[in-house]
Amino acid sequence: MTASSTSGKSSAAGSFDLRAFWIAAPLLVLAGCFFYPLSLIVGQAFKNDAGAFSLATMAAVFGSTMFHEAILHTIGIALGASAGCLALGFVLAFVVSFVPFPGAGLLVRLIDTVIALPTFLVALAFTFLYGSAGILNMSLMAAFKLPLPPVDFLYSAWGVILAEVTVYTPFVMRPLLAAFSLIETAQIEVAASLGAGFWRILRQIILPAALPALLAGGSLCLLLTVNEFGIVLFIGAKGVITLPLMIYDKAIQEFDYGTACVIALVNILISVGLYFLYRFALGRVGGNRAGLV
Amino acid sequence: MANGGADKAAPPAGSSGIGFESVTVAYRGNAVLRDLTLTVEPGEILAIIGPSGSGKTTALRAVAGFVRPTQGRIRIGQRDVTDLPPHARDLGMVVQNYALFPHMRIEENVAFGLRARRAPEETVRERVKECLRMVGMGDFMGRYPRELSGGQQQRIAIARALAIRPIVLLLDEPLSALDAQIRRNMLEELGQLHRALPELTVLYVTHDQTEALTLADRIAIMRDGRLVAHGPSRALYRNPPNRFTAEFLGRANLLPVRMESLEGGGRHARVRFGDSPLLAEAQAQLRPGASCLLCIRPHDLTLEPRGMNGNVIHARVVSTLWQGDQLSIAVDAEGTTLRLASHPLAEPPRVGDSLHLHFGPEAATLIAEDDR
Repeated sequence: MTASSTSGKSSAAGSFDLRAFWIAAPLLVLAGCFFYPLSLIVGQAFKNDAGAFSLATMAAVFGSTMFHEAILHTIGIALGASAGCLALGFVLAFVVSFVPFPGAGLLVRLIDTVIALPTFLVALAFTFLYGSAGILNMSLMAAFKLPLPPVDFLYSAWGVILAEVTVYTPFVMRPLLAAFSLIETAQIEVAASLGAGFWRILRQIILPAALPALLAGGSLCLLLTVNEFGIVLFIGAKGVITLPLMIYDKAIQEFDYGTACVIALVNILISVGLYFLYRFALGRVGGNRAGLV
Repeated sequence: MANGGADKAAPPAGSSGIGFESVTVAYRGNAVLRDLTLTVEPGEILAIIGPSGSGKTTALRAVAGFVRPTQGRIRIGQRDVTDLPPHARDLGMVVQNYALFPHMRIEENVAFGLRARRAPEETVRERVKECLRMVGMGDFMGRYPRELSGGQQQRIAIARALAIRPIVLLLDEPLSALDAQIRRNMLEELGQLHRALPELTVLYVTHDQTEALTLADRIAIMRDGRLVAHGPSRALYRNPPNRFTAEFLGRANLLPVRMESLEGGGRHARVRFGDSPLLAEAQAQLRPGASCLLCIRPHDLTLEPRGMNGNVIHARVVSTLWQGDQLSIAVDAEGTTLRLASHPLAEPPRVGDSLHLHFGPEAATLIAEDDR
């Protein structure tokens, strides 16, 4: 009895050691590749040029008008693009799921393909389509004998938002398509037989079932658009500077690493804050809708 | 009765029958329901039964407005509803998997139809309580569907359908997802519910002949998209008009016979099964000399003589199967296998024993042989 207990304990200890190894190995990789560089950025944000602890750089950044504008642009564009992704993604996913038409499967696969493409590609395509010398402007100028390109939204915050909506809408559609596939057709039919019209069914049956998916997709979009760099850089919108672009300017063009690290720290805090907000919201909604999505 | 929005749209009493007028439904040119003409009388329960793919659910969905007939018209009471959307048809519907709204509490589920029809909140509250009480679920108002058993969820689905006081209740295999014991109880409860609401017209789709026989006033039997028989449940069971009905509605022994003569003023037909002369109820369309089938239900065959006009068949026991409350005996008679359902016997016959099977002429129905 004693011997077998001892043997059992040593076996348990052995399996514990093995488990510890499997946890420690990825933790070490994560620490080396992610947490250490992150700690360098955080440390640099609280140092002056001489390497001593200082809040001077931070104070200078927080007092700068350009930084305030960058925060406003970043949050404004992220919110606008996420709202656009949610609206467009919901409509497209709804049509694909509930309005049967030939080629729906192909459309879903095409949408998946968009996820795989690099983000700047869409910005580049937009330049060819809507840029000053793009197809749309050249055609309009030729057709109406206009001296200047009439369509110039691309080089504004709206251009960035449109490009981000195009790129990130599939991130909303994916979870929505999964959520819609779980809604029983019988629920919709019974609701209709009870007297509910289209909007009531949408509002009271479909939307509640899709809410966790909307939250998941919308939050992902918000996180990605807050940190979006390629699209903003490629479009080069006049006067539209976001936090990632400002970090790039400070670090690469001005070699002002201290300022870049402070802005990066703010960007990280916004991202982490959004992530926790998403988890909190999902927890609240998920509690009442467990098993729906 | 408080008048709510749900009552305002209700048609006058007595106008709740359903009429199928030459209804055909086709998907991409493939007809799944063919030329169905059938009437469900106001206040009756009509069960549509048939095997999978027979078109029974399509018929129900056509009434509900979820499929549009390619030909024909559908009437509910005096109204032609063929072109009306589902929400304008004043129907209650209960489906196999309950289709309760999972994010709504029970009271919200039951109130859904009333609120969709903009009934005053006071009416909604009263009606929800009344309907939940009617199905014995008054204490479950605050729960979510996931907190209830299958039988309880189906009761809620019925309460939700009844809350709008529909003129017609459509039941699409409502008990199929329940286990046998709960199904039996629910069947009794549905019967009680209809006795409490005698004006409610019910169209009940099922593949289970026991449900249909237990609950329905009349039964319609479908096969390959066509109506093959319909009539009062007992009459259809006792005198099936064709082989498919005999075999689908309960178990049937079908003996190949030749009709010899009419007797008793044309009331009875003398037929021959092998060497045995038998007496059966006559069928107008069958004349002497015709080859036909004699349908006898297993429980109509007995081991004891049945009066003066009783028929006798000599047979040999092939197998016996004890089923608790009854004994199923398979016998061979003139090369045809017959089944006899007997009450449990103290000394059941053994395989190979010779038996005399008895049945009265009233228990034997003649069916045209080629009529499947």
